[in-house]
Amino acid sequence: MSHPFRADFPLLVHTDIAFLDSAATSQRPECVIQAEKEYYERYNANPLRGFYDLAQEATARYEGAREKVRAFLNADSAEEIIFTRNTTESINLVAWSWGLSNLKKGDEILITISEHHSNILPWQMVAQRTGAVLRYIFCREDGSYPKEEVEAAFTGKVKLAAAALVSNVLGQEGPVRQMAKLVHLNGGVMLADAAQAAPHMAVDVKALGVDFLAFSGHKMLAPMGIGVLWGRKDLLDSMPPFLRGGEMIDSVRQQDATFAELPHKFEAGTVNGAGAEGLAAAIDYLSRAGFDRIGDIELSLTRRALSGLQAIPHVRVLGGTTAEEHHGILAFLVDGVHPHDVSAILNEDGVAVRAGHHCAQPLHTHLGARSSTRASLYLYNTEEEIDRFLESVSSIRRKMGLG
Amino acid sequence: MANTFYNEILIDHNQNPYHKHPLPGANMTLEGVNPSCGDDIVLQLRVEDGVIQEGSFEGDGCAISQASADIMLDMIIGKPVEEAQRLSALFLKMIRGGCSPEEIEELEEAGALSDISHMPARVKCAVLGWHTMEEMLKGKKQPATTES
Ligand SMILES: Cc1ncc(COP(=O)(O)O)c(C=O)c1O
Repeated sequence: MSHPFRADFPLLVHTDIAFLDSAATSQRPECVIQAEKEYYERYNANPLRGFYDLAQEATARYEGAREKVRAFLNADSAEEIIFTRNTTESINLVAWSWGLSNLKKGDEILITISEHHSNILPWQMVAQRTGAVLRYIFCREDGSYPKEEVEAAFTGKVKLAAAALVSNVLGQEGPVRQMAKLVHLNGGVMLADAAQAAPHMAVDVKALGVDFLAFSGHKMLAPMGIGVLWGRKDLLDSMPPFLRGGEMIDSVRQQDATFAELPHKFEAGTVNGAGAEGLAAAIDYLSRAGFDRIGDIELSLTRRALSGLQAIPHVRVLGGTTAEEHHGILAFLVDGVHPHDVSAILNEDGVAVRAGHHCAQPLHTHLGARSSTRASLYLYNTEEEIDRFLESVSSIRRKMGLG
Repeated sequence: MANTFYNEILIDHNQNPYHKHPLPGANMTLEGVNPSCGDDIVLQLRVEDGVIQEGSFEGDGCAISQASADIMLDMIIGKPVEEAQRLSALFLKMIRGGCSPEEIEELEEAGALSDISHMPARVKCAVLGWHTMEEMLKGKKQPATTES
């Protein structure tokens, strides 16, 4: 059967490996690779600096990409779209800028135990510097967050709440909408980490009711080195700059400066013009493919992989028992075999998966596992790849002398 | 199916580690960690008159780290400290891909790990036991890490 998307991905066409590590970074379609190349071949000048035609063109393309991201997120204004390097930088921007200037001793920061380290460490830093307390909401063993427990975790002191829309280990959706409502009752703000959501589903910042949202281009078909922070305009306006330097100013005197308007206030230094161009091409590709169609492919592959894993003795899948709860992410354990050996054997069979704690050590500790092996898929994967993966997993215990 | 790196020697030492137990008479103890894999072992030796009289390890980690530590103890127990250090240097040389076939022969069962030289991601697992022993014999007291 011909696959609707696979032929668009040069790396997948040129290799025999079953790439099941898209939660770490996706592959890129030809059109994205071309867009980045074309930027350097035809439009390259330093965006936002220079009055000659070529620089104007580079600027227009960069701002065009920003508009594309605005529409992708259903945001009100392109001024609310800040280009960063990745999710990590986006969350750090909020922590250093909003966090340090708005939180104080006695306040609470509330996050979930399933966060990626990128959505934990910046808040540890804010807590250490401001005297605010960092607290966690704990998930059930299946990764779910029952409504009553989320509600019970909200004291009146919570001024910042943050959670991932989709967990990078369990694939479960986090209680983002509910946390946003509850933190607003305290006059606080909510940050959503959309790193694992933006590649797979429509993300609408207004429908979510959050105040900040972060994602990385490289997990959604775009080049590495371009990411996004969306923030509500009134909040971004009130925040101090994160990094300081070129092209983020209004005027500079010897001892002080006034800063540029949004979004440039938060984009100090030369920007990633080619990356933005690639991100725009990735957004176009995803909208042509359509999240409905992408979701159908992913769900059917996830079902195949999940039911296959569930049928293998001594294999335990972390998180929920239905494919709908996984969003293409399956972390699992093989009794008696260390995840690094599991991934090494899969590698010998031409299957690429991730092993370790996947930058979510507190979650693994909470679930009583030191680490796990994670298979994660995307729109370009095939049934044959899932079958190869399952066959290899079934051979692991035998290969390790465990019968 | 591709040839597996997980050969019989490795599997056997991982499944039935002969030296994985406490060592009440130990006079040297050092923890060794490999942060990239999460391997974490405690190595214990009883050294008297410059000779390694007894040795053991405990802890957990991937098959490579566990088998490598067990094989190492097989080789060094009963040997003078200098000889253990010489074997350790030879082992590290093999892992870096620099050993002649004769030298690999000299490493006995540890030679089963020679293919690690083609697997950079697993080098730290293989050297954990050996590195921990070297640091211990140098008198180190803080946990040894493969990151340095
Ligand atoms: C849920 C989640 N948040 C944050 C990140 C960090 O993304 P990046 O490394 O692109 O900053 C990741 C990626 O691994 C992730 O899965």
